[in-house]
Amino acid sequence: MTQKKDPKGYWKANIKYVLILLAIWFVVSYGAGILFKEELNTIKLGGFKLGFWFAQQGSMYVFVVLIFVYVKLMNNLDKKFGYDE
Amino acid sequence: MMNNILLMAEMDVQTWTYILVGITFTLYIGIAIWSRAGSTKDFYVAGGGVSPLANGMATAADWMSAASFISMAGIISFAGYDGAVYLMGWTGGYVLLALLLAPYLRKFGKFTVPDFIGDRYYSNTARLVGVICALIVSFTYVAGQMRGVGLVFSRFLEVDINTGVIIGMIIVLFYAVLGGMKGITYTQVAQYCVLIFAFMVPAIFISIQMTGNPIPQLGFGSTLSDGSGTYLLDKLDGLSTDLGFTEYTEGSKSTIDVFAITLALMVGTAGLPHVIVRFFTVKRVKDARKSAGLALLLIVILYSTAPAVSVFARTNMIETVSNQPYAEMPEWFKKWETTGLITFTDKNNDGIIQYVAEASKNELVVDNDIMVLANPEIAKLPNWVIALVAAGALAAALSTAAGLLLVISASVSHDLIKKMINPNISEKSELIAARLSAVVAVCVAGYFGINPPGFVAATVALAFGLAAASFFPAIILGIFYKKMNKEGAIAGMVVGITTMLFYMTKFKFGWFGGGDKADWWFGISPEGFGTVAMLINFIVSIAIMKFTKEPPQNVQDLVEDIRIPSGAGEASEH
Repeated sequence: MTQKKDPKGYWKANIKYVLILLAIWFVVSYGAGILFKEELNTIKLGGFKLGFWFAQQGSMYVFVVLIFVYVKLMNNLDKKFGYDE
Repeated sequence: MMNNILLMAEMDVQTWTYILVGITFTLYIGIAIWSRAGSTKDFYVAGGGVSPLANGMATAADWMSAASFISMAGIISFAGYDGAVYLMGWTGGYVLLALLLAPYLRKFGKFTVPDFIGDRYYSNTARLVGVICALIVSFTYVAGQMRGVGLVFSRFLEVDINTGVIIGMIIVLFYAVLGGMKGITYTQVAQYCVLIFAFMVPAIFISIQMTGNPIPQLGFGSTLSDGSGTYLLDKLDGLSTDLGFTEYTEGSKSTIDVFAITLALMVGTAGLPHVIVRFFTVKRVKDARKSAGLALLLIVILYSTAPAVSVFARTNMIETVSNQPYAEMPEWFKKWETTGLITFTDKNNDGIIQYVAEASKNELVVDNDIMVLANPEIAKLPNWVIALVAAGALAAALSTAAGLLLVISASVSHDLIKKMINPNISEKSELIAARLSAVVAVCVAGYFGINPPGFVAATVALAFGLAAASFFPAIILGIFYKKMNKEGAIAGMVVGITTMLFYMTKFKFGWFGGGDKADWWFGISPEGFGTVAMLINFIVSIAIMKFTKEPPQNVQDLVEDIRIPSGAGEASEH
């Protein structure tokens, strides 16, 4: 807790993380699962057409990973800026 | 002789169901007595000291309703690819919740969502709009849960649907009124365990049966275990097209509609008061983030299994009934016929079941809701598994109903009575008020469960649309846009909700001249219109804000403060 408090810097870093993670969130669900489904469906993953797999499986797995990555990033950020408790 | 054997098999499922439902109900009541609430803080936010894992499990049980457990896999098995709107929509919202809402609302540290709206927008008008939205959303939902309870009771315990609803009401009443959020949280932890076990066991059994793979998520992308080397999904695509349906993996909704519905459900999820309020119960901001992650992980276990169950059930069902003589239908078929959820009309009088896409030739109508409940019977699984599914469905319905009832009672006793009508009310009287409103809410919910209004199915989508069109923009702008003021937020919420209500009532109930698919704006269905209404809310809020006074300094300081995680303390009154 020796660092100088910098709420603006903390908030900026937080926003950057959020934007990057939400971009991935958008790409896997709306991109791979909906908008580019037809293109991806030409590729097969075992018995799954890839677009169908993203829509009914893949996007959900990525969602879980995204939240845990955010938890990790923010815990580090809290420590860096002295907001950890 | 034959009858006796059938009767014994029947008795067996019933005995099993009585045993399993009995054990789980005793467990819930035991937990409720052990964790009863002593203060308003216990009642509203479980004392604010719930661990992230317990909160994650409780959130998952709270979130996964009778709709998730009973209906979703069934809906997907009839909708094919299009079912993805529910899978992505009802999970993707947690990413928004974890990244954009939960940590800040936890830091804000009050009891309810209207609390945040009222304080952040320094206005009791805003608070009132919040209360009204919370009540509409929650009542809509809870009626659906009660119907689920009635359905399970009537089918598996062969009591009247109404008796089933009343038994469910008494159980929920007992632990919600006694324990408040504290009782609900720990009961929901137990209910999560019951429902996930009950959902996974039959799925694993059937996956092994059909594909030889014990993991359902992989099983439905594997080849069939009959040695033909055909992929299960290819086979189902083939069966579907043979009967005149669209290919299972293709779906029939337009891309823009799939997009809009998915977004409306995601945003609606993140804006639902009974989900948001769960994040007020953990100790620290970092716990709120972690707990959102755990909740989603626990939810995805069921949600990633559901589409596999859909494929198994659909394939099994087509193979069992299509072009088979009606007289040779198995026992489960007859039993579900008596509930009216399967109907067979022999249009060409040949005694054979024609199950095809073309409405004039189709002879079989199967309700979405029975796919999960009947699935273990269709796959000829042991009786205890069938009974387990009944206990799981009840756990799912009861846990969600309890969470919703709490939002309703807190909205009335805390937001209306304490914050608006009588601010001097004592802690003790407020707790009594909270319990009384919970009792009234259970009775109203039970009434709707027994006399379901015809528009229940339509209004569930309305609940998501409403949450998306009202709460979501107001909360997001409240956190991320310091200059957002009360004029903007109130105008946004009112216009957003009104637009949503207009569109839903126009296309669902035929008000304002009605209309059909061809008249939809931008080709977006009422289910997906929450997305448009949400955008309208954002635009109106920002436009109005530009022409009105900026919020007072203390409110802007509050916004600065909630962005910083430390010093959250426990959820508190002041």
